[in-house]
Amino acid sequence: MDGESLLKSAVVGERLEVAASGSWTAPQARLLERLVEAIGKQAPSVRSVSIDMHAVHELDTYGAWLLERLVRERNALGQDTRIVGLPEHYRGLIEEIQNANRKAGPAPARKEGVVGILVAIGRTVVDIGQDLVSFVQMFGLLTVALGRVIAKPVTFRLTSAVHHLDRVGWQAVPIILLITFLIGAIISQQGIFHFRKFGADVYVVDMVGILVLREVGVLIVAIMVAGRSGSAYTAELGSMKMREEVDALRTMGFDPVEVLILPRVVALVFALPILTFLGSMSALYGGGLVAWLYGGISPDIFISRLKEAISLTHFEVGIIKAPFMALIIGIVAGSEGMQVKGSAESLGTQTTASVVKSIFLVIVLDGFFAIFFASIGM
Amino acid sequence: MDAPVRDTPDTVIEVRDLVVGFGTRTVLDHLSLDVRRGEILGLVGASGGGKSVLLRTIIGLLPRRAGTIRVFGTDLSEAGEQERRAIERRWGVLFQQGALFSSLSVRQNVQFPVREYLDLSERLLEEVAIAKLEMVGLSPDVADKFPSELSGGMIKRVALARALALDPEIVFLDEPTSGLDPIGAGDFDELIRTLQQTLGLTVFMVTHDLDSLHTVCDRVAALADGKVIAQGPIETMLESDHPWLKAYFRGKRARMVLAEQAGD
Repeated sequence: MDGESLLKSAVVGERLEVAASGSWTAPQARLLERLVEAIGKQAPSVRSVSIDMHAVHELDTYGAWLLERLVRERNALGQDTRIVGLPEHYRGLIEEIQNANRKAGPAPARKEGVVGILVAIGRTVVDIGQDLVSFVQMFGLLTVALGRVIAKPVTFRLTSAVHHLDRVGWQAVPIILLITFLIGAIISQQGIFHFRKFGADVYVVDMVGILVLREVGVLIVAIMVAGRSGSAYTAELGSMKMREEVDALRTMGFDPVEVLILPRVVALVFALPILTFLGSMSALYGGGLVAWLYGGISPDIFISRLKEAISLTHFEVGIIKAPFMALIIGIVAGSEGMQVKGSAESLGTQTTASVVKSIFLVIVLDGFFAIFFASIGM
Repeated sequence: MDAPVRDTPDTVIEVRDLVVGFGTRTVLDHLSLDVRRGEILGLVGASGGGKSVLLRTIIGLLPRRAGTIRVFGTDLSEAGEQERRAIERRWGVLFQQGALFSSLSVRQNVQFPVREYLDLSERLLEEVAIAKLEMVGLSPDVADKFPSELSGGMIKRVALARALALDPEIVFLDEPTSGLDPIGAGDFDELIRTLQQTLGLTVFMVTHDLDSLHTVCDRVAALADGKVIAQGPIETMLESDHPWLKAYFRGKRARMVLAEQAGD
């Protein structure tokens, strides 16, 4: 349908006569808008405008609004604008639409250019500060809850803690074993490949042993747990918050931190050292297997060399770090979960933030531990 | 392209011998129902009796086992993708909880279907969204709020504005007044009535609200045992001898509503 048949105009003396016809409905809205804009500017010097609507056989809110826009534009020019021949059954709609858009709605807020960038940077800095505060806050709340539970051990949610231990510990064992096995195997293969050039293949046992026990075992396991369990914690707590379950707990006189977060964090703190131990053993096994099949170092030699290369200290250094990393993952997951607001999008944002932040903090903590252990000579 | 001429037949929704079930349970059992052009039809029935199931089956969210559903004279199960889309554009649905997109602002929620279906300028989109919000009785100030910041009544209004965004011919309302206080519910009923008259809508409303049934519904259909046991104006319902209808329309609460109506 072309524009001519929807809207025609002619200047008669001092009057602009506009004749509308056809369907003034949503599917024609784009075309209509262009026509209405053109006629809005046409013949600005006339005294009056009359819009004949009698040939319009369909009118909806879109058409009615565009008509109203035309009327308002011509009225703003000080011209007497009238709608004539409007079918009776559209009168209600026109009257309704005459009240629309009278008050200027708030323009969508948009900041562009340098100011926008500065605003974004400022916001990020403030957010980082707030993250730190909420982390410390959650740590404090957990300490208080732990204190209360220690003072009155009956209140500890043992069932819940055991349930979560099963989920984050026992059920994570297969995937942890698999991944650490592969990592151990890869380290061993790379070591043999490069050490062979110096004829030092057998030192690969030292490297695998020390690296796995001190750093890689615990780090890989912590990162896996952050991705696997930290995200689940945040999503669970967040959706409980969304459905007002957390508020319900509070009104019944329970502390959500004590009921929901403490058992989860306790489960993590127990699970991570166990998983780290299993993961380290699996990595050593993988390393040993590759050393045997790829490097020709027989299991006997591997084990005796391993005994010389590593001491209990190396094992301790790795395993001591595990509960602290678990604590960090738990605190981040809890505090992010509690920050979820009403929308599905915010649940996604906080879950992502939980994983990213806990992995970041786990690695930072590992760095601090490295400095600490070096300075005390472990 | 010629504009779709809205010369729809007088019966806009025609349900015949509809059977819908889940597993071994049959919820709707050879149900037939007509919705006429320009009326407000109220659908009543016991909780869990299949009212929402019927609504969801008509709009194509649930599969059916047998029977036909014609909307604007077209059988939706036989219609092609294009034809279906065209018909879906001619109805709007207000879900019980509003079903607003929680990650979009009120403005974006209302604009969402318009953006998808119509190619409009930003200015017109903006004006139409605000006009729709005003038509459902909201101030333009709420446009930048997010659904989580709205009260229950406002959510229903925004959801209605979104359902009306494309100027549909049929509006499906699933318990529009549930969760609203009596004053809010009354206002909402009035709003539905006004909009129905100004926009020439056909309204299919699932409701439990006796006040709504009395004040806004042109016709009432009662659902029991998977069938429509009675349909007609509210007077027909009051005269019926069916035990469930008697309990529903002549129970204590219903008598109170009736007494109020008589007192007005």
